[in-house]
Amino acid sequence: MKTVTESAAVKFDGIGMIFPDGTEALRNVTLSIDRGEFVTIVGPSGCGKSTLLRIASGLLEPTEGAVEVDRKRLGYVFQDATLLPWRTVRQNIELLTELHGIDSSERRALSTAAIELVGLTGFEDHYPKSLSGGMKMRTSLARTLTLKPPLFLFDEPFGAVDEITREHLNDETQRLFKSEGFAGLFITHSISEAVFMSTKVLVMSARPGRLVESFEVPFSYPRDPDIRFEPDFAMLSGEVSKALRGSHS
Amino acid sequence: MTMQASPQSETGESDAGEPETGLLVEAPDAGEPAAGRPQPAEMPDDAPKAYRLKSRRREAAETVVPPLLLGGALIGFWYYIAYGLLEESRRFLMRPPHQVLEVGFLDSANLSDQLSALWSSTQVALIGLFIAICIGFFLATIMSQAKIVERAVFPFMVTLQAIPILAIVPLIGFWWGYGRTSRVVVCIIISLFPIIVNTLFGLLSAERAMHDLFTLHGANRLTRLRKLMFPAALPAIFAGLRISAGLSVIGAIVGDFFFGRGNAGIGQLLQRYANNLNGEELLAAVILSSALGIVVFWVFGWLQTLIIGKWHDSRQA
Ligand SMILES: Nc1ncnc2c1ncn2[C@@H]1O[C@H](COP(=O)(O)OP(=O)(O)O)[C@@H](O)[C@H]1O
Ligand SMILES: [Mg+2]
Repeated sequence: MKTVTESAAVKFDGIGMIFPDGTEALRNVTLSIDRGEFVTIVGPSGCGKSTLLRIASGLLEPTEGAVEVDRKRLGYVFQDATLLPWRTVRQNIELLTELHGIDSSERRALSTAAIELVGLTGFEDHYPKSLSGGMKMRTSLARTLTLKPPLFLFDEPFGAVDEITREHLNDETQRLFKSEGFAGLFITHSISEAVFMSTKVLVMSARPGRLVESFEVPFSYPRDPDIRFEPDFAMLSGEVSKALRGSHS
Repeated sequence: MTMQASPQSETGESDAGEPETGLLVEAPDAGEPAAGRPQPAEMPDDAPKAYRLKSRRREAAETVVPPLLLGGALIGFWYYIAYGLLEESRRFLMRPPHQVLEVGFLDSANLSDQLSALWSSTQVALIGLFIAICIGFFLATIMSQAKIVERAVFPFMVTLQAIPILAIVPLIGFWWGYGRTSRVVVCIIISLFPIIVNTLFGLLSAERAMHDLFTLHGANRLTRLRKLMFPAALPAIFAGLRISAGLSVIGAIVGDFFFGRGNAGIGQLLQRYANNLNGEELLAAVILSSALGIVVFWVFGWLQTLIIGKWHDSRQA
């Protein structure tokens, strides 16, 4: 596997994935995401979106094609917050830096900064069982932020929280994208979430997953939450929605 | 740069209490603790227990009063059997409670017999349990690391579990004599299985996504075991320990019946009193042995709360 090229944070080249049981999950996916880009993939469930992220992260080897990515400090935010229940918020946030062997004083500084960044100050000593779904997700985000990853992979991270919390988290993610300057590859079911945060929205077809449509999102950052009610936003969402419906057949 | 939404608006039910702004309240996850929250006056009967309106004092009364009532009723029944059903000549079969107390516990010679037997059995049970824990943790850990070891070892564990102790009494006696060592061996055999099964189940209980997280960030086997699998296993380990601790106490007493040399344990005392028709002492020894079981069970429950109570919601266990 080659390391990252100058501009692209991740590059998929003709990815195909056929599982041992014969399920063809992905076919000929070619995609490149540069730093400063936030790309969202929407697609029907079971079309291979998670598989693509697992391939990007190296958890899975594609049966066809190649990925170029720097995996040293990869940010991967899972569908569930995947917090360790026996660790406090701060201890959870320090987990990855711990695994990467960063010494404790630097860990502390990194976690403090990340806690502040996601607005969890004051909750450092809480255990996950006393956090709401939204706060668990913030903890998960903060944990990934401590590594300052050049590339963030998000696998439907806000699917389990309610609408209002989701919009907050979208707003925050979009701000983080701008302030931290990472490249983002985001998976979601929600079209409004996709359009609100991304520089580009891709539509994936039903299995085997292929990228069938691409929409540039022209709005500048930081985006105002009320942008969701602008006619341009509604129009773009409508087009994505139409493409998504087409992709089901 | 700091994020806009105040954490307050999302706490749901942390001990910060009710969020100030009404708009941003998140629906609490089902099963989150309801402490510190105003309770609705009426809840349907099928609502989860913790959500029902209940004052602390009333709750305490509700946990303490029913067993006290039942205990009182049982003692009453005991008196009824002793004085109502049994004639004078056969009363040695079931001495009344106050006589058991007087003769069995308050007589100084009997009391010292009872206490030294209790101490001896406690030692046997705890040593056996300790060794079973060491063996159990070791085997479960190895089994968790390689499926093939699990496949190889498991049938033998089940076999060991299925052997009636009675069947291997002669063998144990052959190999380890008829004293304390053999009693400890009985405790080990009897309490090993729940420890292995529960520990293994616990070690394998961490979700796939957690393992993915550790894989992604280059954790090695040992780190994964230490920081993920072992802590994840603790609730199951404690569940197993409570079962095994009780079994080990039983093992110590049963072991006494077969391997009675050396310091007398409760089992030997039971035997001696039964042979001599010492009704009061016999009942006192029975009470003592169950008290030992209860204390051991309780101590492990207390340890569990102490070690994992902070983060583990035992209602889900
Ligand atoms: N390890 C596997 N073996 C066989 N089939 C799999 C495996 N992982 C996923 N699949 C199948 O591949 C397809 C794509 O899965 P996934 O990427 O999880 O979809 P989604 O787009 O919902 O994230 C699904 O049909 C799923 O059943
Ligand atoms: Mg998925």
